[in-house]
Amino acid sequence: MKVKVISRNPDEHLRETKLHIHKVQRNYDPDLHPFEAAREYVKALNAVKLDKVFAKPFLGSLDGHRDGVSTMAKHPSRISLLCSGAFDGEVRVWDLPQRTCTREFVAHDGIVRGIVYTITGDRFITIGDDKSIKTWSADEPAFGEDEEPVNTILSKTVLSGISHHYTDNTFATSGELCQLWDETRNEPLRTIEWGIDTLHDVAFNPVEGNILAACASDRSIILYDTREKLPLRKVIMKLKTNKLCWNPMEPFVFTTANEDYNLYTFDSRNLKKPVNVHMDHVGAVTYVDYSPTGREFVSGSYDKTVRIFEAEKGHSREIYHTKRMQRLTCVLWSLDSKYVLSGSDEMNIRIWKAKASEKLGPLKPREKAALRYSEALKEKYASHPQVKRIARHRHVPKHVYNAQGELRTIKERSKRKEANRRAHSKPGEVPFVPERERHVLKEER
Amino acid sequence: MGKQTVRYFEKEESAENPSNNNGTITYDNTDIKKKAWGRRIEDKRIKKGKKRIIQIPNPNPKYKGKVKPPKELIEKYSKGEGVELRNVTTSVHRKRIEKKEKNIKFSAEHAALTEVLLTEEAGFLEADDGETTTQFTQKQIAQQIDIAAAAKHFDLRLEFGPYRAKYTRNGRHLLIGGKLGHVAAFDWVTKKLHCEINVMESVHDVSWLHIETMFAVAQKSWVYIYDNQGIELHCIKRLNKVSRLEFLPYHFLLASCSDEGYLSWLDVSIGQLAGQYNTGLGRLSVLTHNPWNATLCLGHAKGVVSFWSPTSRQPLAKMLCHKAPILGVHVDPSGRYMATSASNRELKIWDIRKLEGPLQDYKLIQAANNLSFSQKKMLAVGMGNVVEVYKDCCLTTAKRAYLRHRFVTPINNFNFCPYEDVLGVGTSKGFTSLLVPGAGEANFDTLEANPYQSKAQRREAEVKSLLEKIQPEMITLDPTSIADVDVPSLRDKIEAKKNLLYLKPPVINYEPRKKAKGKGGSVKIARNKKIVREDAKKEFIKKKKELMEEPESVDAPKPEKPPHVLDRFLPKIKK
Repeated sequence: MKVKVISRNPDEHLRETKLHIHKVQRNYDPDLHPFEAAREYVKALNAVKLDKVFAKPFLGSLDGHRDGVSTMAKHPSRISLLCSGAFDGEVRVWDLPQRTCTREFVAHDGIVRGIVYTITGDRFITIGDDKSIKTWSADEPAFGEDEEPVNTILSKTVLSGISHHYTDNTFATSGELCQLWDETRNEPLRTIEWGIDTLHDVAFNPVEGNILAACASDRSIILYDTREKLPLRKVIMKLKTNKLCWNPMEPFVFTTANEDYNLYTFDSRNLKKPVNVHMDHVGAVTYVDYSPTGREFVSGSYDKTVRIFEAEKGHSREIYHTKRMQRLTCVLWSLDSKYVLSGSDEMNIRIWKAKASEKLGPLKPREKAALRYSEALKEKYASHPQVKRIARHRHVPKHVYNAQGELRTIKERSKRKEANRRAHSKPGEVPFVPERERHVLKEER
Repeated sequence: MGKQTVRYFEKEESAENPSNNNGTITYDNTDIKKKAWGRRIEDKRIKKGKKRIIQIPNPNPKYKGKVKPPKELIEKYSKGEGVELRNVTTSVHRKRIEKKEKNIKFSAEHAALTEVLLTEEAGFLEADDGETTTQFTQKQIAQQIDIAAAAKHFDLRLEFGPYRAKYTRNGRHLLIGGKLGHVAAFDWVTKKLHCEINVMESVHDVSWLHIETMFAVAQKSWVYIYDNQGIELHCIKRLNKVSRLEFLPYHFLLASCSDEGYLSWLDVSIGQLAGQYNTGLGRLSVLTHNPWNATLCLGHAKGVVSFWSPTSRQPLAKMLCHKAPILGVHVDPSGRYMATSASNRELKIWDIRKLEGPLQDYKLIQAANNLSFSQKKMLAVGMGNVVEVYKDCCLTTAKRAYLRHRFVTPINNFNFCPYEDVLGVGTSKGFTSLLVPGAGEANFDTLEANPYQSKAQRREAEVKSLLEKIQPEMITLDPTSIADVDVPSLRDKIEAKKNLLYLKPPVINYEPRKKAKGKGGSVKIARNKKIVREDAKKEFIKKKKELMEEPESVDAPKPEKPPHVLDRFLPKIKK
C-alpha cells in the first residue's frame, strides 16, 4: 500500500516576517478560474468607468497677455519653454512647469503673426503686422538691459506666416508672396509665387527639406519645391484652409484645418482627394498640430473647443472645453507627447493633458502592469454596447450640442434631397459622390 | 575590386587554433582598432570582451530550440479553436486576426509551461498486488501518512441531530449546522473555534457567504445571517421556509429553494433579491449549482433536473434523468459532468455542457441520497450509512469503489474540502472528516482562493472580488457567450419575421392647424383627420409588406413562353 495525502508546510506559503511581502503562488489551471470571459468583461467595464472618473485633463492656465494670444511656438529641445505672441504685439516666454512668465516685451507694432525657434534653439524669429522680421536671442537680457532684437529685417510685403527649416538655417515667410530667407542675410533668398492670392500659412516638410506647403486665400493648398522654379501643385478646396501641419512620422502626409468645420488629411503624392476627412468641430477650424508620434493631432476651433483626433480616424477621440475658454487661435502638442497647449482669444494659454485620464509622474511597475492590462481589456471589449457607450460619452457645452444637432439635420436634409433627386432622374444623372471627394474642387499642376 | 575586408574572427580561427570547436568560443579583441574619441567606452568594451563566452553543447542534438509542452497539456489551457481564416476576405483583417491567434496560442503554451513551477504534488493511494484500495480503512491510511496530514482525519460526536456541513471556498473553514439548532463555525485545520451557537430553532441548511466572517443559516421559517462571532446580522424574511442554500461566489448571490416551491437569489452585496420565482414543481429539496456557469440545478420528484437562472421565470433547460424521484444532484467543478441519483438505485453521469447523456449508467446496491464531486473529479456517493468514493467514473466505467467508509448512523450530507484530500461528512451523530487521497487540487492559486490568507489579504481580496462582481443577468447556460459575436440565429430571424405580423400601425395624433374663422367646419376637420390617418396606415402596410417579402423572389426566373395575341385579354398581373 502506497499512500500520499496533500500535506503542505505552512512555512512555504506564509511570509516569514511582516517586513516581507506576501507569497503568491499561481496555478493557471482553467478549472480554478471560472467565468473568465464574464470577469474580464466586468473588469473592462470598470476600467472604462475609471477612465471617466480620472478624466481631468485641465492642468492650468498661463495668464499675463493683455490681448488675445495670436500665436505660439515650442522650443525644439526644451519642453519646458513656450513662446507666445499676442494681438497687441507683445511676446512672452513662459516656463511651463513653474507656470510663470520669464520674459515679456513688445516685439511688433500690431499683431504678432508668427514665432519660430531656430534649429539650435538659441534664437527665435517673430513676424508681425508691421512687416518686420525680428530675430531675438533666446536668452534673457542681462539686468538693466533692454529687450533688443538681434536683427531686424523690413519686408516689402505683408507677412502672415513663418516656418523654419528643420535642418538648415533658412526659413520661409508667407504673405503676399512666399519668400525664403537665410538667417544671416537681410534679403530673401528666393521669392515664389503662384497667382496673386495671399498666403496665410506656410510649413516646411520635416524630412524633405525642399518641400514647402502653403495655404492661400483662394481656398487652395500649394506645394512648392525650393529647387525648382515653379511651384509643384495646387489643390483647390471648397472653402479656405486656415492652417497646415505635416505629419512628423509620415512626412508625405499633411493635415489641414479648414473653414468648413472639417480637417483634411492629404497624401502629398495624391492630392486629388484627401485620405481622410476629420469631422466633429462645429465651427471653423483655426489651428492644427501633430503629436510627435504622428498618430494623433490636436485642433483648435472657432467653436471654443479643442479636439484630439486619431490620425487615421474620421472622428475625434476627445474634446476639451471650459466655460471661460473663447475662440481658439492656436494649439500645440508638446514634444514629449504628454501635453496639449491652447491659446485663445481671451488672453489665456491653457495646459491640457493629451490623455485625459493619464496619471502624471513616475509609475510603479505594478501600476504600469495594471494600466496595461486594463488598456488591453478595454480594447478587447471595446465593441460591447455598454463599454462603447461609456467610452464615447462626452459632456459638451450647450452651444456645441445644439450646433451638432443643427448640423446633423442639415446633413440629413441634403442627403435626403440628393437621394430624392437621384430617385427622380435618369440613372447616372446624379452620381454618388463619396464624402472624401466632395470637398476638393480641382487639382492644378 | 578593392581590398577584401578581413575580419578578426575569421583570421583567429584559421590561423591559431582551427580545431577549437568544443563549444567554447574565445574572442580576441586585441586587434580592434582604438578610436581617438570615446576611448573610455572602447576600453570598457575590451575589458568586458575578455570574458570567455561559454556555450554549453547541446546534450541531445536531436532536439533543437525550446522545449514544447506536450499536446494534451496545451489542450488543457487552450481557448478553443481559433477563427476560420478562410472566411476573412480582407488582408488587413486577416493579418490582424492571424497576429491575435498567434498571441492566444503563445499564451496557451506558456500557461502549459508554468505547470513545471507547481510545487505540490497530488495525493494518491495505490494498492499492492492482491489488494484493492477499497479495503483500506481510514485508520490504516492515517497510520501511513505524516502526523500533520493524519490530523485531518477527525470525528466530532455531537448530539443536535443530523448535521449539514460546508467548507469555505479556500477550504480552510468549516461550518456545521445541526437540525436541532446547533451551529458552529471553525477553522478545521487548526481546530480553532470561531463561534458556536444554538439558534433554538430547527436548522435546515447552512452556507458560507463570500468570506469566512459571515454565514447564512436557513432556520425554521426564515434565513438568518450571522457573523463569525455568532452575532445575528440580518434576518431575511423574504426567504421563507428555505430547505437548501447555495452561494454563488462570483455573483455574490445566495440562492435558496423553499419547501413551498420557491426559488430565490439574494444579492448579498446590495441586499436585494435578484430573482424569486415559484417553480410550480412542489417541494424542493435537491439543489446544487453548476460552478462553470452559475446556473442552479434542481432535482424533482418526477425524475427531472431543471436548470435556472435569475433572469428567467422558466427553467433554462430541463432534463429527464430518471424514471424515479431524484435524490441527489451534483456538478463537478469544471462544469463538465453532472451526477444524478434516483430512488430506483440508479446513478447516472451526464455531459452537462451539451445537456446530453448519460455518459455512464450505474446501478447501486442502495439508493444514493447524496452525491459530491471533488476537484479531481472523484465522486462520493452516500447510501444510508455508507459513503463510497469512485475514481474515474465519468468517462470510464468504474468497476469498484475507490474507498468505502461505513458509519454507525445515517449520513446526512457531505462535501469535499477544496485543496485538501478530505471529505467532510455530516451524520446524525456529528461530523467526520475522512481522508480521500488524490481528491483535492494540490496547487492553489493565491489570487483565487488562498488557504493561508491573512486578514489584510482577505480584505483586499474582498474588495477586488466585489469590484469584479458579475451581474446576475449574465448567468446563462454558456458563460463564454459574452465574448462571442452576437449573430442572430435562424430561429431569431424567423421569430423577428413572425413578429412583423403582429405589428400595429402607429397612432397618429393629428391636430389640424387653426384656420381663420369660416374657413372650415368641424366636418372638414374630421375628414382631414381621417385622410391623414388612412394615409399613414396605407404607408405602414406598404412598408410592412416590403419587409415581409422575400428578397429572393426578385430574381425568380420568369416562365419562358412566347406572348400570345390573346394574352392582352388576360387579367393584368400587379407588380
